[in-house]
Amino acid sequence: MRDASPRGIPHSRSPALVLRYRPRHRTDGTELLMATAEAPMVLASRAPRTRRTTRKALLGATGILGFLVTWQLIPTLGIVDPRFLPYATDTLARLVAEALDLEFWRNIGRTMTAWTIGLAIASLAALVLGTIIGLIPFLRRATHSTVEFLRPIPSVALIPLAILLFGFQLPAALVIIVYATFWQVFVQVLYGVADIDTVARDTARSYGLTGRAQVFSLVLPTALPYVMTGLRLGAAVALILAITAELTIGVPGIGREIVFAQGASDFTLVYALVIVTGLIGLVVNMGFRLIERRALSWHQSVRGEETS
Amino acid sequence: MTTMAPPVPISRRRTGIGAWLRTGRGAAYALGLPILLIIFWAVGSSISPAQFFPSPLVIAEAFVDTWIGPAFVDDVLPSLGRLAVAIILSVVIGIAAGTVIGLVRWLRELLEPMLEFFRAIPPPVLIPVVTLLLGITDTMKLTVIVAGAIWPVLLNTIEGVRSTDSIMTETSRSFALTRAQRLRYLVLPAASPRIMTGVRQAMSIALIMMVISEMFNTSSGLGYRIVYFQRNYLIAEMWSGIVLLGLIGVLLAVIFTLVERRVLRWYHGIKEVERG
Repeated sequence: MRDASPRGIPHSRSPALVLRYRPRHRTDGTELLMATAEAPMVLASRAPRTRRTTRKALLGATGILGFLVTWQLIPTLGIVDPRFLPYATDTLARLVAEALDLEFWRNIGRTMTAWTIGLAIASLAALVLGTIIGLIPFLRRATHSTVEFLRPIPSVALIPLAILLFGFQLPAALVIIVYATFWQVFVQVLYGVADIDTVARDTARSYGLTGRAQVFSLVLPTALPYVMTGLRLGAAVALILAITAELTIGVPGIGREIVFAQGASDFTLVYALVIVTGLIGLVVNMGFRLIERRALSWHQSVRGEETS
Repeated sequence: MTTMAPPVPISRRRTGIGAWLRTGRGAAYALGLPILLIIFWAVGSSISPAQFFPSPLVIAEAFVDTWIGPAFVDDVLPSLGRLAVAIILSVVIGIAAGTVIGLVRWLRELLEPMLEFFRAIPPPVLIPVVTLLLGITDTMKLTVIVAGAIWPVLLNTIEGVRSTDSIMTETSRSFALTRAQRLRYLVLPAASPRIMTGVRQAMSIALIMMVISEMFNTSSGLGYRIVYFQRNYLIAEMWSGIVLLGLIGVLLAVIFTLVERRVLRWYHGIKEVERG
């Protein structure tokens, strides 16, 4: 059983091990693709905290306003030619006009369809393969070098292959979305499965839990925080690659609209669409952060934040 | 008079044969699957030659013909140079700006929503915008790579600096450390694990951005080459480009691991102790 201990760390012989038994969420890196912007952890009574949140919201709003004013001023003062950097007001007006157009929403729909399908395929494959490979030490060791070689290959390198195989259609986009997203989730699942406490595992064995029961009451709860992290990172990456595929391959969607707008020298629309992609990204990030908090409401990493 | 005999120390010293066996097994584990996969591919492509999947030998040959020679100097080196400069710029600017923003609370709260938004923009869409502003130049390519790669460094630095242990901050105040000393000996080391996480992500984004920035309207560089091969149905050459990009990715990962081990040696040490 020596081999079962995660990351090859020798078994702890200290009594602290018993106290340590709960799914731990590692905080060293891997899950921190982007810094989260949670409220600062302060031990403060309720009244100052609400004052602090209002202050924060006010400052944040000032920041957005300041950005828009700066943007407006740059072409107004002639620092950059207004043809190449349209006024903020014009761009926002254009954004509103686009939002009234059905075709605009269809394009968002196309982008999000590619994103959804890609993310679903990649996550499912990563979950299944990650669990199997993570649970069997032999497979973990045998696949390690291959994973470490394949993972850093930038998925954009596969764009030419995707075009040759599938032309300029959705499956071509899916190839690069799935490739990039798969590794994000897969590696997190591996970490998660490796994090199973050996005492908990032995306990489950000696209580005669079946394989199924072990998966659901031991493996899944331990790995869930990692899986959620992987999904959050994967969702962001899948969106980036969905739009990259539209930009470079020409798969229909928001990204292709940007290329078209640029080709037509409609630069206001280019800027408006870039803002749209940012907003989509924002919604995806926030959505997944919310799902993560919901799914892990029982977990120390989330409960700790709430009580403080 | 019976004394407890001291426990016989179990010899852990690796004997000659044992060490060889161990290395051999390690090598078998590391090389087994890749070799198997390549053999499968070779056998598969010779049994049923697929148009777009040439055999590994053909790809290897194309690799040597294509990349070893003038193309390396003309296309690969400039790309790698831009990549290196852009990574260094992102890291330096990201850490500098991140430290300031992380330390000054009102600044952080002022910028937070904007930073959230900018980081959510998929980096490749910046290429059309930056091209508009700067034209198709080396500066544009550098800007594009930095504009994509800086966010993980910046945001992780902010977060790392922000979450410096408050007791340590107070201790350093009590010991009357100057601002520069505090930065050098407390804030930056405390933030370094997060910063390194950001740097790793920045490196992979930078590589992606380098390739994409060369796929648009250019006539040189690695990204351009690969697209050129694909458009002209030079399948084996295209694959050799994919392999080259993969090797660069792996190389970056290796360099990062080495640097990280050096920079975060103390941190990994603490982790070991905590686990032990």
